[in-house]
Amino acid sequence: MKEEIIIAGFGGQGVLSMGKILAYSGLMQGQEVSWMPSYGPEQRGGTANVTVILSDERISSPVLNSYDTAIVLNQPSLEKFESKVKPGGTLIFDGNGFHKFPTRTDINIYRIDATEYAYANDTTKTLNMIILGGLLKIRPIVLIENVLKGLKKSLPSRHHHLIPMNEKAIQIGMSLIRKVE
Amino acid sequence: MTTTEIINPENLVYIKPKVLNDNPMHYCPGCSHGVVHKLIAEVIEEMDYQEKTIAIAPVGCAVFAYKYLDIDWQQAAHGRAPALATATKRLLPDRLVFTYQGDGDLAAIGTAETIHACNRGENIAIIFINNGIYGMTGGQMAPTTLVGMKSSTSPNGRTVPLNGNPLDITKLLAQLDGTCYVTRQSVHNVANVRKAKKAIRKAFENSMLGKGTSIVEVVSTCNSGWKLSPADSNTWMVENMFPAYPLGDLKDL
Amino acid sequence: MSNSKKTDKEEVRLMKGNEAIAHAAIRCGCDGYFGYPITPQSEIMETLMEQEPWNTTGMVVLQAESETSSINMVYGAACCGKKSMTSSSSPGVSLMQEGISYIACAELPCVIVNVMRGGPGLGTIQPSQADYYQSVKGGGHGDYKLITLAPASVQEMADHTVLAFELAFKYCTPALILADGVIGQMMEKVILPPFQPRLTEDEIRKNTPWATLGKPANRKPNIITSLSLEAEEMEAINLRLQAKYREIEKNEVMFEEFSCEDAEYLVVAFGTSARVCQKAVEMARSEGIKAGLLRPITLFPFPTIALSNYADKVKGMLTVEMNAGQMVDDVRLAVNGRVPVEFYGRMGGIVPAPDEVLEALKTKIVKNN
Repeated sequence: MKEEIIIAGFGGQGVLSMGKILAYSGLMQGQEVSWMPSYGPEQRGGTANVTVILSDERISSPVLNSYDTAIVLNQPSLEKFESKVKPGGTLIFDGNGFHKFPTRTDINIYRIDATEYAYANDTTKTLNMIILGGLLKIRPIVLIENVLKGLKKSLPSRHHHLIPMNEKAIQIGMSLIRKVE
Repeated sequence: MTTTEIINPENLVYIKPKVLNDNPMHYCPGCSHGVVHKLIAEVIEEMDYQEKTIAIAPVGCAVFAYKYLDIDWQQAAHGRAPALATATKRLLPDRLVFTYQGDGDLAAIGTAETIHACNRGENIAIIFINNGIYGMTGGQMAPTTLVGMKSSTSPNGRTVPLNGNPLDITKLLAQLDGTCYVTRQSVHNVANVRKAKKAIRKAFENSMLGKGTSIVEVVSTCNSGWKLSPADSNTWMVENMFPAYPLGDLKDL
Repeated sequence: MSNSKKTDKEEVRLMKGNEAIAHAAIRCGCDGYFGYPITPQSEIMETLMEQEPWNTTGMVVLQAESETSSINMVYGAACCGKKSMTSSSSPGVSLMQEGISYIACAELPCVIVNVMRGGPGLGTIQPSQADYYQSVKGGGHGDYKLITLAPASVQEMADHTVLAFELAFKYCTPALILADGVIGQMMEKVILPPFQPRLTEDEIRKNTPWATLGKPANRKPNIITSLSLEAEEMEAINLRLQAKYREIEKNEVMFEEFSCEDAEYLVVAFGTSARVCQKAVEMARSEGIKAGLLRPITLFPFPTIALSNYADKVKGMLTVEMNAGQMVDDVRLAVNGRVPVEFYGRMGGIVPAPDEVLEALKTKIVKNN
């Protein structure tokens, strides 16, 4: 099994940390993982992205130009990465603020209105976990128990009380995601 | 008195410190370096620190200081002695670590290293020889060259519009919170030699007490560079250098 | 730190390459780190400052006022026989060249890390390999070489930190870890090296009797300098350095081969480029093109003989670098015209994608055969 994922959005949407949680989850289930962020000015509020690869075998290139799955959380990211999803691959977008929508017909497109939900329910801090839940619903590449283990591993223990809240966010994401036909 | 009587121990009035070895110095006759070297050797010997001293030699005439004092030496790149001293002292905090630097080394190319080592309050001593000229490379203008003073790169005398002002870096270093003892001395007569020695001793003691950085500036002559006889150099220094760089303690905490 | 000592040995961790260097440095008994912040390697000093090794191993960590100063702090620490290191990225490493030349001439051991970014000038902060020439052809003034290691994974960032110190002390010469922004910034699995205690002063006096630790009554002063005003003396020093570099070339070459056994086409790349090329080679193989990858792990000493041996076995070579073509010169020297050597590269912070490399392999090498 090998899954090559790009996650892209605005700095502050939790793009890099979502990638990190995925990578830790892969680590927990004994996979090879790589997490390669775009770094630099993007961290200061521009567009950030991270490439995450989970694989049963040694990972060669941590930098890719086509992906099994793209998760795009803003318009520029959609424009940049829609064309880079492999045919038959998956594109997930959060429709908040979009004025142009995906047009490809040779890939599976899903929409998750996580931002809208998070603002309405005052759960913006777990926005990225809602989206992760959406991803895991349609691409169950890691087990939720391994996500929780990964969270435990990567978070300082003073934040461990937040883990149930994150688990709930994953469940919400799973129910929010829907296929765009 | 016969020679045999003279060499009797009870007739001994002066002995060269053992830390100062017998290598003939390359310094010009009349140069202040030799005197300052001897003072440092005496202080190290009196403090019984020969086994615990690590010195950093500069680039400039004193680059060969390591030939004359029998202690461990590191020879730094031009201006970088305080960086070497910083690491050495931090890794070996019970050692006496000092730098020996000229005005070009300390106040031009090494200004950043000097100021930041002093500002961090590194527990080192800095011996700063200020003769207002680049001696080793043939008498070029230094940051401390006085206005009007001739050098090979200011052949008609230093002017402010062309060359900027002389830099009184010692005054500047005294402003920094990391320095504990900042003093300006000279070695042109016996009284001043004695005062300079006391200053060096205090600087070394301070660094072993962990009080911060000590700077001993020695306003010096460079008779070759100044193109004066050693005696005339001393007079010229008293008349011209001392008004610009007055002797005395600038800071003593 | 202290409580993790027992359990850490085999633990697989996930961390950035930069963080791995910091942890490995503490663990291998490094005495001093001196650095100045610059992207994309600031996590090295940040991790060290967060770990506070001065409370555990006694390691000194200091943020200097410039790279000029940090390399000279390393010089001072190395004079004392201490395991010392600095890290920076391209523009900062340019500033260090004066100090590196002094350290090489004074024959002192130390470790320098360059997490390369796109240049020239202030350039970009994105990954690059454009400091190859600077690293292996000298960099500063005078005839000297740096042992140059090119990690291609987070694990190697940790392993090479340990190795670089070993080689630096074995040959009394600076060792450089030449990484790039990808290897520094990406997270991968890593097993950190075991803890080694820092050397005691007695051990330093025994292992490196030239160290300036203070002159005991029974020995002559230790004087560390790179100055000799006599040309004959300076030539003798140069001859000694060159003999040492030949010895290093004889003993320390490291490289990795991937799918090379039956290869008709050889891709040569180091660091991040090698990772990209490995994928390109996999893609080529799936299309029936018999491609292999040779990844130099040491850039100095360079795997000249291994490459030379391939000159008689393959139909063509493609060197892939994140620069305008630097290592390709050394590949061409190694094969000495016996086989065509082409180059593909991206510059300024762009990482080539695997399919670009595959395309270059096809058009520049395979097509012509």
